[in-house]
Amino acid sequence: MDEIQSLMHGFAIALTLKNIAFMFVGVLLGVIIGVLPGLGGANGVAILLPLTFSMAQVPGGTTTAIILLSCIYWGALFGGAITSILFNIPGEPWSVATTFDGYPLAQKGRAGAALTASFTSSFVGALVAVIVITFLSPRVAKFALEFGPPEFFAVYLLTFCAFIGMSKEAPFKTLASMMLGFALAAVGTDPVTGTLRLTFGFTQVLNGFDFLIAVIGLFGIGEILLTLEEGLAFQGESAKINFKVVMETWRELPKYWLTSIRSAAVGCFMGIVPGGATPASFMSYGVAQRFSKDGEKFGTGMVEGVVAPETAAHAAGTAALLPMLTLGVPGSPTAAVLLGGLLIWGLQPGPLLFLEQKDFVWGLIASMYLGNIAGLIVVLTCVPLFAAILRIPFSVIAPVIMVICAIGAYTVHNSHLDIWLMVVFGVMGYVFKKLSYPLAPLVLAIVLGDRAEASFRQAMLVSEGDMSVFFSNALVGGMTGLALFLLCWPLLTAVLAALRNKLRGA
Amino acid sequence: MVEGSGERAAARYKRVDIVVALIFLAFGAVVAFDSWRVGAKWGDDGPQTGYFPFYIGLIICLSSIVNLFKGFAIRPERDGVFVKVGQLKLVLSVLLPTMVYVGLISWLGIYLASTLFVAFFMRWLGKYQWWKVVLLSVGNSVFFFLIFEAWFMIPLPKGPLESALGLG
Repeated sequence: MDEIQSLMHGFAIALTLKNIAFMFVGVLLGVIIGVLPGLGGANGVAILLPLTFSMAQVPGGTTTAIILLSCIYWGALFGGAITSILFNIPGEPWSVATTFDGYPLAQKGRAGAALTASFTSSFVGALVAVIVITFLSPRVAKFALEFGPPEFFAVYLLTFCAFIGMSKEAPFKTLASMMLGFALAAVGTDPVTGTLRLTFGFTQVLNGFDFLIAVIGLFGIGEILLTLEEGLAFQGESAKINFKVVMETWRELPKYWLTSIRSAAVGCFMGIVPGGATPASFMSYGVAQRFSKDGEKFGTGMVEGVVAPETAAHAAGTAALLPMLTLGVPGSPTAAVLLGGLLIWGLQPGPLLFLEQKDFVWGLIASMYLGNIAGLIVVLTCVPLFAAILRIPFSVIAPVIMVICAIGAYTVHNSHLDIWLMVVFGVMGYVFKKLSYPLAPLVLAIVLGDRAEASFRQAMLVSEGDMSVFFSNALVGGMTGLALFLLCWPLLTAVLAALRNKLRGA
Repeated sequence: MVEGSGERAAARYKRVDIVVALIFLAFGAVVAFDSWRVGAKWGDDGPQTGYFPFYIGLIICLSSIVNLFKGFAIRPERDGVFVKVGQLKLVLSVLLPTMVYVGLISWLGIYLASTLFVAFFMRWLGKYQWWKVVLLSVGNSVFFFLIFEAWFMIPLPKGPLESALGLG
């Protein structure tokens, strides 16, 4: 087993006092970034990237630098769950699915259990993904190298169809919301030919709409407006997390082993192919809801409904580094930022990295094991610190969150227009949420719109407009078929229900 | 805000649902129309720029027509309140100052605008004593200034106050 030997070598590199110190600093910063709505993994890492320039100059410094940045990422993955469960404000897009059951649990006074379940499943998901990275990176690289545009498009199609098939909301509202996201993503420069479109003469929108602005507006501002309707009483739930709660929850968690395995598998797969943590968390939540014997109680505060998305999100977030390292193709926005970091430090990601920078690669992989252990320790012990935020009255915290959102929106592109867009998205989020237009597919379509379009058009170019390319082999055909099946799922269930009623009537 | 007129419906669900579906329809039409303008057909070099967004626009139109019909089909007895007058007042009391705040950022800079915004909120909605208002609103901006300008070295929009203090 070459991998074990390399991994042991990696541990020897990662286990220095300096690296471990940076691990804890990174995780703590990451959790804070993840907890603050508007500051997230991707822009959090991007903001901190300049700090690592000087760090990477010293020998072995690149390993320390990537450990710091990746640990911020792990911290953000952990931290997103805290606001989802306590505030019902997802700190990160991938923790949106965690709000579905996490927040009702907190409302029932089981915030501690929800947090413990979420942190533990995050850890389990990450652990599975790191094991996958350790042993499969050479093999997966070979597998994914054979992916062409049709396969990529089939993956996107599968994700979006899963939204329609699995969503609780009306299918046509989901579709409208999703397509709105695609349209917003299409604004600006055509990713294939570079031609301008849908700009209507406004030069400010040349690069389209950034999903971060949409996320800050829809979830941050929109949520504050919704919360205000209930008056100025504070809506966050209090968190008590102690040794007893942790042990009780840990005793409960093994019951959901099947959900965990399924979610970790979904997460790893969605992370490796550029689907990302957000769709993985939704898919896994949807799948768990369909297969669980308590599926109907999902959304009312089920621990299983926290386990599924968190395991998948963290597995996907971690697995997203696999294609980034082995192929130079990031699987998530944060992975893309990390990729930028590698290039700045003078490292070329790709298959050669495994040959030429063994110390760096295996040091990083070993640090993933250690960083997630550090993360679990930090989040389980520091929750009271974050619970203190909850005691601040809403008339103080609301404007401060607004200011943070405004700063967050501005720093994405240093653009004042983005702050206005954020407000517009905020009003949109408020209205959409009240009319049950789902927000997640909208955000996801903005994130993946350009890439989905590019793969679709490349596939069309290769096949010269022949749609049968999406069924040309077992892999792509299977994914497309499954996607179409999911798309028709609401129709099928409606027909089945009608038939059943008719039979019962007869 | 609880008693009397505050409980009246400012808008009913059905009407808002229909209006939003109409906005979607118009938006989809604009997208499809503009995509058609830049070319949504099959060119010599493959699909044209508007090819993908044109169909996106069409799907938006189709799904919003379904939503429109569903909106019209809501029976009066099932038509709930979208937002009550009292709730709308509260939401606007935050939304309007936020818009003023965003407008102020361009000429006062983000720090001074944020100070005024937080102070306004605390005094007007929270009814805090003045010393608490000043302490927290100024402290908040100083904190963000230290984080972004001093620690992360990320310049945020600054205005006349910062230039007068020699910080901008």
